[in-house]
Amino acid sequence: MRKILFESLVGRPLTEPGPQLDDPEIIALAQEIESAARVKLGRGLSIRELDAGSCNGCELEIHALGNAFYDLERFGLRFVASPRHADVLLVTGPVTKNMREALLRTYVATPAPKWVVAAGSCAFDGGIFAGGYACAGGVSAAIPVDLHIPGCPPAPIALLKGLLALMTNGSDARR
Amino acid sequence: MPTLTELIANGRSVEWHRPCPRVVVDEDLWRLLAARLAEGRGSLLGLWGDGASVHMAILDESQKNIVVATIECPDGRFPSVGRLHPPAIRLERALRDLFGLDPVGLPDQRPWLDHGRWGQRHPLAKEPQPQGDQEPYAFLRAEGESLHQIAVGPVHAGIIEPGHFRFTANGETVVRLEERLGYTHKGIESLMTGASVDAAARLAGRTSGDSTAAYGFAFARAVEVALGIEIPPRAIWLRALMAELERLANHFGDIGAICNDAGFAIMLAHCGILRECVLRTAQACFGHRLMMDCIVPGGVGCDLLSPGFEQIRKLVWTIGKAFPPLVELYDNTASLQNRTVGTGLARPALIKQYGCGGTIGRASARAFDARVQLSYPPYEAMLFNYDVPVLAEGDVNARIWIRIREVQQSLALVEQILARIPAQSAIRVPVTGTGRTGEGLALVEGFRGDVLAWVRLDAEARVERCHLRDPSWFQWPVLEAAIENNIVADFPLCNKSFNCSYSGHDL
Repeated sequence: MRKILFESLVGRPLTEPGPQLDDPEIIALAQEIESAARVKLGRGLSIRELDAGSCNGCELEIHALGNAFYDLERFGLRFVASPRHADVLLVTGPVTKNMREALLRTYVATPAPKWVVAAGSCAFDGGIFAGGYACAGGVSAAIPVDLHIPGCPPAPIALLKGLLALMTNGSDARR
Repeated sequence: MPTLTELIANGRSVEWHRPCPRVVVDEDLWRLLAARLAEGRGSLLGLWGDGASVHMAILDESQKNIVVATIECPDGRFPSVGRLHPPAIRLERALRDLFGLDPVGLPDQRPWLDHGRWGQRHPLAKEPQPQGDQEPYAFLRAEGESLHQIAVGPVHAGIIEPGHFRFTANGETVVRLEERLGYTHKGIESLMTGASVDAAARLAGRTSGDSTAAYGFAFARAVEVALGIEIPPRAIWLRALMAELERLANHFGDIGAICNDAGFAIMLAHCGILRECVLRTAQACFGHRLMMDCIVPGGVGCDLLSPGFEQIRKLVWTIGKAFPPLVELYDNTASLQNRTVGTGLARPALIKQYGCGGTIGRASARAFDARVQLSYPPYEAMLFNYDVPVLAEGDVNARIWIRIREVQQSLALVEQILARIPAQSAIRVPVTGTGRTGEGLALVEGFRGDVLAWVRLDAEARVERCHLRDPSWFQWPVLEAAIENNIVADFPLCNKSFNCSYSGHDL
């Protein structure tokens, strides 16, 4: 183990530069968020992830945000274990009817101020699962959503841009 | 003692069912088949409803032949297989939830996938029923001194799929674990009914996102065998390449995550790097990190160009250098071995009874790998170089070691595939109706185990009925047994070492 740790210390880090805050995609995403709701919360955001019936593809890419390449914690973003500790609910999946109550309870348990990010095509409107008897049809069918991140699944870089857009005050970037 | 093949000669053979026979049997023969399973002669591969019939897929004792038996249920009832053979219990509960067909004698009468939220009951029956009242789910009891219950989920503390676990514990020790699943049920089989083969393929690939290539592979093969289609040779090899890349990515993720659940984060960090390398290679070669929609009925969706070859060779080289020190690290860290050795024992007898496949089965002495026993192209051509790694200890450590061996094996397979793939040529043939109904079954070895796909296509090649059976159906129940007498804190370790699919299971 010492050898591996030592090599990591003297070698170059794998961590890639993060997206710049004047990235047009971030600006576009930030504009989606209502300006009155955009309050700077110090230098970080605590995120509670919730799978509302996804196929698990989105979860895999959300997991990847913690790997050495993306390293989301350096941006002040971190995942928390309880909605009570969260600023943001990151929700995936078409919202199966079997998960709707759990989603609502988690949302209510998250103290204000809070934001909801719906990640993935299914979370947007149910995606390819829409119209069936088992799905409610996207996160906004159950709770108010502040930001949609599209993709099936969204790549980690897309997730990162979306979360950064939430965190930065979009008007700062435009100045 | 008649073999399975001899027994089913008494049934009525169905004409267009490939590659194995499907026979309509009467109640007596159905019960006999169930009894044989209960005696350990063969394993249950699947049990699903179809209008007013029930199908049962059985793997015979040689593990080389599959038979599908059908019982017609004009009265809406059929003899329960679960009454004699426990692995069928949840399958029958799900079948009843979806089709309203009643397995007579089923010991567990509770609903499974139906949580009373759909606004209707029996959604796949000819006439779904209106939603009635559903009683609160009655979890199984454990009686004794100083017992307490711990309820976990459906929302879990990590970035993970939803499901409910009800523990009964005595202090730190787990006395009983009961799972309740179905939270991610999306009605996939209902959405597939009447769909085009392409739309159904997209749904199949999103049944369990981490196994999208394996599901796409199984669905495509079932469709092709139902229609009697041969796909181009280059596509055959590309499919295996994608399947092996998917296996590698998932095994790296799992090995890292299991060690992380024992508090050994350095393995997660380094395995996470290797997983990311595999996903980026998949993106560069096939246009999607997880390779969704890359394996399609008729072939594959995109070709591998020569820069892609180089990239994959580089990936194999990178892993070849980075992985052995990580294996050594795992093996030499006593405090980690202390957590994984002897924890979460899955007894070989239970594994055999449940026909539990994948890394879990192979870590508990069950030498079944669909790529070998029920070999399909191109694996049949690579068999002489192929050993199925099997261990007998059945603990978390064994399940990690099987994954390590399979990583090494997948790397070898990838190199063979690159060497043998035929030159640039067609990668896809059109899929059209044949003017008659056709049924097909396929079994593909995904990273977690064998994925079963069964499909009936109408004369225009639209899906009349498709059933997808995740390997987790036969793994989830075994987890309940494996956690017994372990401490609650070892549950994440056991659960991750199984890594069953919630979404794949729930459909």
